[in-house]
Amino acid sequence: MKPLPILTIPDERLKQVSEPVAEFDDELRAFVERLELTRRRGPAAVGIAAPQVGRFQRICIVDCSNTRKPVPNHGNLVLINPEITHWEGYEVGREGCLSVPDYTGNVIRATQIRLKAFDPHGEEREYEMEGFEARAVQHEIDHLDGILFIDRVVSRRTDLFKRKVYR
Amino acid sequence: MNHWYMLTLTGADRPGIVARITQALFEQGMNLGEASMLRLGGNFTIMMMVSGELDAGELEQALAPVAGELGLSLHIDPMEGGLHRHVVPNLMVRVSGADRAGIVARVTGVLAEHGFNIFDLESDVAGTAEQPVYLMQIAGIAAEPLETLEAALAPLREEGIEVNISPVETLVG
Repeated sequence: MKPLPILTIPDERLKQVSEPVAEFDDELRAFVERLELTRRRGPAAVGIAAPQVGRFQRICIVDCSNTRKPVPNHGNLVLINPEITHWEGYEVGREGCLSVPDYTGNVIRATQIRLKAFDPHGEEREYEMEGFEARAVQHEIDHLDGILFIDRVVSRRTDLFKRKVYR
Repeated sequence: MNHWYMLTLTGADRPGIVARITQALFEQGMNLGEASMLRLGGNFTIMMMVSGELDAGELEQALAPVAGELGLSLHIDPMEGGLHRHVVPNLMVRVSGADRAGIVARVTGVLAEHGFNIFDLESDVAGTAEQPVYLMQIAGIAAEPLETLEAALAPLREEGIEVNISPVETLVG
């Protein structure tokens, strides 16, 4: 099995909004496996979303189990049709992206989220997560909505308290 | 690729500085690289990488009239280096304390002793004229573990300087 090529900016397709998955079949699971292989091949990516490899369906993978300093995490998560149902708090953190080579920037994300998603067999699951893992999920779900972290980067001198980020 | 010059421009802040300067550079066929432009104490400061056909002398000639009109001082240095040399920080040091002489030297002195490489330092004076508070955020690469730096910086707390170190884990997704 070979990794998939990754779309990088300024590829317009990264701005496309992805469609929900309707069929939880073997083809989907084979794709997820290949997406995971692609994530592992990337330079230390904790997440990847299907549109980054040109498949415009609401599928992403997040895995924060292997960070430099350990963080609370749920292991390897395949999230299909994910939906954040609750978010709380916000903090600034540094992000980069497989689709944005040679650039990192500061982004404000919610610190705690509740999440609903389907697994590759169509089972609905719920998660509560915080910090780095919650950030990763928000970054990946943004991809499904055609949003890149560079669309959310805040300036060095951004006043955290004056900015409303989530609609 | 032509080589890069570091262009420095500073002067009283007013609207239109960036537009006028970059238009003049564009008209000379110059390319812009990485830049930092900031208002500091009512002045506008530009440090910007530029490259193109012009040499330092020609570049100075091209920009001097615009800089003069805008009341900006202009300085040009040929520079080594180029684009795509980003380094990602792994540590952030935040400092705050009643403003007094020597805070920056004390903190960065300890960091330097431990091989910490600063590549982004932002500092400001908040509070009031009567009770100024010095604030500083330093991002960089630590050669030694966070705990070692923390122990080395701990004595500063007794001097009333609040120092807080946190790892920067850059999320790639």
